[in-house]
Amino acid sequence: MATLIVNGSAQEVSVDPNQPLLWALRENLKLTGTKFGCGIAQCGACTVHVDGQPVRSCSTPVSFADGKQITTIEGLKSADGTLHALQQAWIDNQVPQCGYCQSGQIMSAAALLEEKPRPTDADIDSAMAGNICRCGMYLRIRKAIKDAAATLPVPTVLETEGQPNE
Amino acid sequence: MNKWTRRGFITAGVLTTGALVVGVAIRPGHRAPKLAGMVADGEGEVLVNTWVKIDADNLVTAIAPHSEMGQGAHTALTQMLADEMDADWDNIAYLEAPAHEEFANYAMAREYLAGDMSIPRFLDDTIDGVFLNIAKSDAVGQITGGSTSIRLTGQRGMRMAGAAAREMIVKAAAKTWDVPARELRTERSHVYHDGSGQSGRYADFAEEAARHMPPSQPRLKEVSEYQIMGQPKQRLDIPSKVDGTAMFGIDVDVPDMKYAAIMGAPVIGSTVKSVDTSAAETMPGVIKIVQQERFVAVVAEGYWQAQQAVNALEASFEEGEAGTRNQEAIYDGFRTAMTDAVENGKEQEDISVGNARKALTSAARVFEAEYSVPFLAHAAMEPLNATVRIDGNTAEVWTGTQNPLKTRNAVAEALGFKPGDVTLHNQFLGGGFGRRAMPDYPVMAAQIAAECDFPVKLIWSREEDTQQDWYRLASVSRFKVGLDDAGMPVSWDQQYVDKHDPPEAAYPIYNLDNAFVHYIESDHHMRFGAWRSVDHTQHGFYIESAIDELAHEAGKDGYEYRRALLAGKPRHLAVLDAAAKAAGWGKTMPESHGIGISIVESFGTLCAQVVEVDMTGGKPKVTHVYAAADPGFVVNPDGFTAQIESGVIYGLTAALYGEITIEAGRVVQSNFHDYEIVRMDEAPEIHVTLINSGAKLGGGGEPGTPPIAPALANAIFNATGTRLRSLPLAYQDTGTV
Repeated sequence: MATLIVNGSAQEVSVDPNQPLLWALRENLKLTGTKFGCGIAQCGACTVHVDGQPVRSCSTPVSFADGKQITTIEGLKSADGTLHALQQAWIDNQVPQCGYCQSGQIMSAAALLEEKPRPTDADIDSAMAGNICRCGMYLRIRKAIKDAAATLPVPTVLETEGQPNE
Repeated sequence: MNKWTRRGFITAGVLTTGALVVGVAIRPGHRAPKLAGMVADGEGEVLVNTWVKIDADNLVTAIAPHSEMGQGAHTALTQMLADEMDADWDNIAYLEAPAHEEFANYAMAREYLAGDMSIPRFLDDTIDGVFLNIAKSDAVGQITGGSTSIRLTGQRGMRMAGAAAREMIVKAAAKTWDVPARELRTERSHVYHDGSGQSGRYADFAEEAARHMPPSQPRLKEVSEYQIMGQPKQRLDIPSKVDGTAMFGIDVDVPDMKYAAIMGAPVIGSTVKSVDTSAAETMPGVIKIVQQERFVAVVAEGYWQAQQAVNALEASFEEGEAGTRNQEAIYDGFRTAMTDAVENGKEQEDISVGNARKALTSAARVFEAEYSVPFLAHAAMEPLNATVRIDGNTAEVWTGTQNPLKTRNAVAEALGFKPGDVTLHNQFLGGGFGRRAMPDYPVMAAQIAAECDFPVKLIWSREEDTQQDWYRLASVSRFKVGLDDAGMPVSWDQQYVDKHDPPEAAYPIYNLDNAFVHYIESDHHMRFGAWRSVDHTQHGFYIESAIDELAHEAGKDGYEYRRALLAGKPRHLAVLDAAAKAAGWGKTMPESHGIGISIVESFGTLCAQVVEVDMTGGKPKVTHVYAAADPGFVVNPDGFTAQIESGVIYGLTAALYGEITIEAGRVVQSNFHDYEIVRMDEAPEIHVTLINSGAKLGGGGEPGTPPIAPALANAIFNATGTRLRSLPLAYQDTGTV
């Protein structure tokens, strides 16, 4: 038995503690926005946040996430339903094609913006290289991340240090 | 279309107008009511025709018979219908046509088999009748592929349907108001009679319209009248793809379903001999083990449990001679057979123009080269999956397929059911690229479900997805080109391995007086699958590499050499020029950088690409791609641009890394660690120029893929002086460090 706190709501799941978090989310909690792509942390389609950090849920045992705060694509919107800046930028830039990888792309990008609100191209390369898009929409993903970043307030710490991280 | 009679339109409009036939057969008493029940599901909804539905809220729903796998077909098809119909874009939706014979993709069948070439107009009716029958058989069926959605279904079906629906509504309004139809105008799903000040919503007249005969020849708009076509409308499916709500096949949840994982016989075509299930049987959650001729599956409470148990199976297989083959032997087999064919006059003719063999004897010199390409897997992001529920003699299938009708029929056959007793619910496809045109995975799910008394969701592991594909086939091609004193080809002889689709893929676009293109057929066990742009992936690389070599041999610039061979072909020249101009062709490249060009015509669309590569360090890094494309007319510019971007990246992955190899008959590669994919940090800048030449509509999903590999190989040659004649390119020695 593990306690998964997903998108703010705690739920008990009775599964093998070694079972990957991905399948507990998809099959036990019916949160199917998080996708299965490779099973070996090579494609990023299963990316979720655990205590704010991006993890590949296909290769993360349930035991690791027990009692921690988990955020999935379903929990990225505001409580009032307002889209996250990245989700809106994804629509504005018409990013998805088949769309299957995009939950993972957006979750990786969201973790990046939490850490670096004004990411450089190199930051984007390194944060997003773990997410494969077979439809090849990397250009649009890059632009959408930059567009979303531009809508977010610049953190005070960066302003005072005078390093606009460009 | 000009032979389109009223009667033909109503009872069998498909004979001359493609899929529109299903749109017309709607009147009470006609065979169409059985269709109405499949697409009209709400109180007050009236089916005007099966390609468009207007409900009581005046919501216009376009019914598209094509799968949505990211190519934007649903949106572009809806644009075509909505424009002709003068529908309100802000109150519009789409619905994918259900898998039913009446939606059989006639246009695809016709294109597939006739190549849509050189059919005399007076034969249209005869030919159409033949192809209707073929479309209705499950040999071809209802398929999304061949880049046909817009150019065929859209042109022949959706626009006609929209225009016909509009005329029917106008006629109904005229009758209701007792005014002449010519005094009415339509705008944003409303009808207006300005003279009397009357107006009404389309929905107000839907019921009356359904009582009227459809028009035999609805008037289509001129390009100058387009209001929705040609606009970069936002894709209708995208909002659901940013918040996790889009339903892919793998997301389907059927009450009481269990999960299955699978192990296919690892040598494709072989059979299961014996299975030791003792370890798997006792593993947690395992419910059942299903053994079939060519696979073993485990059914469990959850997918992960099922997969763990599959991993614990000990199975042996009847592999035969195929189980001893390796990649080099397959290539050696090609080369031996190719030589044998030429020496013994066993060439299978593809194209013969003039007399290439004779012209070769008087050539000033002869260029010879051999190229090769490997097997490729599709590697769509969503691993293959299907969910099946069997209830007595009926079954339901939930999956993402490019070919719903063929899939439904294949499942019915596997279960021994009547096709009509199988219902297929198509979902979003997490990538298709040709892989999801094959019905093998839903059939397997059905075979497993048939042995269970609960619904089963079968999910393939990534490893199965990679190793049980229908592959882009490995192939070798040999060129023998006779040149005149100026280095221009006077004789063109190309030999290659395996001819599939489309039939014109090996046709050179260049002006050649003497050409002989011929092929042999391979005898290996690997199975052919349509892979984004199909045979163009091979011939694009072969022909555009060879042309570049000829230009170099002649001491000429690759762009100018192509221009000379395309004299008198303004569309080709315009596309080539547009790509070259965007790239600033002729500029000086930095040290270790190179630039290359190519042009490929596929699925009716011309696409030229200029690639810039940085060879610093020895591994190619593509920095820029300048693409130009002419599909005749672009229905959705942003969507088309996205398709070209996608085609470039998909082709770039293949060009740099794509390689499936065989050892002991088995596919060596298994997952993304050894089947590498281009990622964010390697994605080039892509600049796309679109040209609306007004030519017959071409496709969008595939034409961006073939030009990238040869353009890159040509750029690598430009940078390094080393000509790479085999794919993939990333790890070959070019002498640079």
